[in-house]
Amino acid sequence: MKEIINLPVQSIEEEEYHINMGPQHPSTHGVLRLVVTLQGEIVKKLQPHCGYIHRGIEKMCEKDTYQQIIHLTDRMDYLSAHINNHAVCLLVEGALEVEVPERVKYIRTILDELNRIASHQLWWSSFGMDLGGLTCFFYGLRDREHILDIFEESFGSRLLHSYYTPGGLMRDVHPNFQKRVKDFLKYNRKKIKDYDRILSGNVIFLERSKGVGVLSKELAINYGVTGPSGRGSGWACDIRKKHPYAMYDKVEFREVLRHEGDTYSRYMVRIDEMRESMNIIEQLIDNIPEGDFSAKMKPIIRLPEGEYYQCVESARGELGIYCISDGNKNPVRMKFRTPSFVNLGVLDKISREMKIADLVAIGASLDLVIPDIDR
Amino acid sequence: MGVRIKNMKYADFQDNETLELFEKTGGNVMLTTIDDVIDWGRSNSIWPLTFATSCCGIEMMATGASRHDFARFGIEVYRASPRQADVIVVAGTIVNKMAPVLKRLYDQMSDPKYVIAMGACAVSGGPFFYNTYHVIRGVDHVVPVDVYIPGCPPRPEALLYGVMQLQRKIKLETIAKERKTKDDGRRRTIKL
Amino acid sequence: MDSEKLTDKILEIVPEAQQEENKQFLTFLIPPDKLKTLTTHLKEEKELDFDYLFCLTGVDWGTELGVVYHLTSTSLNHSVELKVKTDNRETPEFDTVTDLWMTADFFEREVWDLFGIRFTGHPDLRRILLEEDWVGYPMRKDYTDEVNIVEL
Repeated sequence: MKEIINLPVQSIEEEEYHINMGPQHPSTHGVLRLVVTLQGEIVKKLQPHCGYIHRGIEKMCEKDTYQQIIHLTDRMDYLSAHINNHAVCLLVEGALEVEVPERVKYIRTILDELNRIASHQLWWSSFGMDLGGLTCFFYGLRDREHILDIFEESFGSRLLHSYYTPGGLMRDVHPNFQKRVKDFLKYNRKKIKDYDRILSGNVIFLERSKGVGVLSKELAINYGVTGPSGRGSGWACDIRKKHPYAMYDKVEFREVLRHEGDTYSRYMVRIDEMRESMNIIEQLIDNIPEGDFSAKMKPIIRLPEGEYYQCVESARGELGIYCISDGNKNPVRMKFRTPSFVNLGVLDKISREMKIADLVAIGASLDLVIPDIDR
Repeated sequence: MGVRIKNMKYADFQDNETLELFEKTGGNVMLTTIDDVIDWGRSNSIWPLTFATSCCGIEMMATGASRHDFARFGIEVYRASPRQADVIVVAGTIVNKMAPVLKRLYDQMSDPKYVIAMGACAVSGGPFFYNTYHVIRGVDHVVPVDVYIPGCPPRPEALLYGVMQLQRKIKLETIAKERKTKDDGRRRTIKL
Repeated sequence: MDSEKLTDKILEIVPEAQQEENKQFLTFLIPPDKLKTLTTHLKEEKELDFDYLFCLTGVDWGTELGVVYHLTSTSLNHSVELKVKTDNRETPEFDTVTDLWMTADFFEREVWDLFGIRFTGHPDLRRILLEEDWVGYPMRKDYTDEVNIVEL
């Protein structure tokens, strides 16, 4: 017994060791691998290894036409598929200087915001589940199904829509569209209150999220952390305000900002953003003008020679597309500046000196989508 | 009131009068084979592995959640460890870097084990078949597959149907013969 | 700062810079050895204050390899696009900007991975998406792989 007590305890505590999280780990939401250097329970260093779902979409784009590229962007950030489609459509329309009908702009904005709500609901579900609240998972996915029903009625798919085409939409929305969206808004307002009651004020949740993973504004700008994660640090980086597209310059909405920069503020930004998205939809849904659902476009699209950059605000942050065209029907280079890829870079910085259990909360609060990282 | 086989004591089986009374009142005996019992149990308690690489994983989550409710078909408890799982639902694209990991996960699962290839990417490479350098065209190059579910991504109903097909397959198994888990020689050369 | 003043300012720092006309952003082609000087000035000078690197792209123009930097200032709301090019396809090399913008860390690793462009001074230049033992740089135009690529 004595020998055991006399072991040099100090030296054991100071030793650093590595833990491998992933690529198959439930809390990484996909196939992200994190090699974590720990001292006891404290994270000393973190190395993300990505590429486990690198499909070479940028290489495929060089052989594809612009209509085909829209289908590939769906599969990058599958939770905000409409918004990704929107980015390519805006790029092509901007380069060809096509003016899309008003009706298209209205419908696109409404669908983008519905998609953002659906994405945040799924994020809320999995965030709750990561912190041990399984109820969140069932509540969030239950409400998300109502949005998917609206999508399904109009264009027949639940997750990957490819509904936007350069110049407009693939077909017109279903006649029930307005009624169902209004019903959903009424339903969802009540449900978001439920979200607050279940998680936002929960003592255990507050303990685990307040003051955890603090990201300052300067650091957020330097690392390029955009989207709700950046706005949680007080950086006004909303593309919908900075470079408005579609109907965003005509509707009134608040850019949700919080200044604490911790996991809790990133969480609250997303919850408030769901409310703002509903406000935007409410302003538009009654005023959708009649008209064509698509502008006249040539079947083969050739962008004029030059370089184009188009950014949109996806559910995760700034999605930028940089395209170089030589006048042919395929682009020379198509670069996707995906928000998750950039946001992942900061994970090492903000999770240092935190407990390993907090790493799960921090990772979930950045809302990473792994195919969006790897493309 | 008749005689129930449940209430009969051991001695009653050697007593003719009781047996006659038992026959008259229509008592019955259920016969089965060990195979049927085992297959029934196995097919209705399939535990899947929490494994999803991309979009199809979201549909798999939706299937497990409120509306579609996986648990009605006995495929319920998502296990995070492959050693506790019976079936691996390969939901999403498998790329060259992921293939060795998938193979290891499959090897770590204990027998009997099953594989469901969910979605076009896992079936054949799907939208990423042409002009790409890092995608494995079909998960059957890496592990043997029991059920293929087409779609991009498949609807939750399609996944439920696929699971039911797997249950049918399990119900035909026998413990007398060893289960075949060999691939059918369709391997092509891939750089791993 | 409006674009004329910005042009003058940049030409003052790097007189060799060539401005490209009719672009979405103010675009300059920079000689590779002047990249470090220019980016440091753009970041550090108070009246320029380019604090946000929002996109870093590796490009293969067929004969030349290069990198495109998109910079913007969150306080002053002006943007600029910088390009560097090299003919050297064997060992292309540029200076890193990781010390100025930490975003560049992952972006530069990606460019090294897919285009094989080295960044001198990068703290941890490893492949980020592909395996460590991958041969070749797949995003280059002359990349061929008979096993993995099925041409349409």
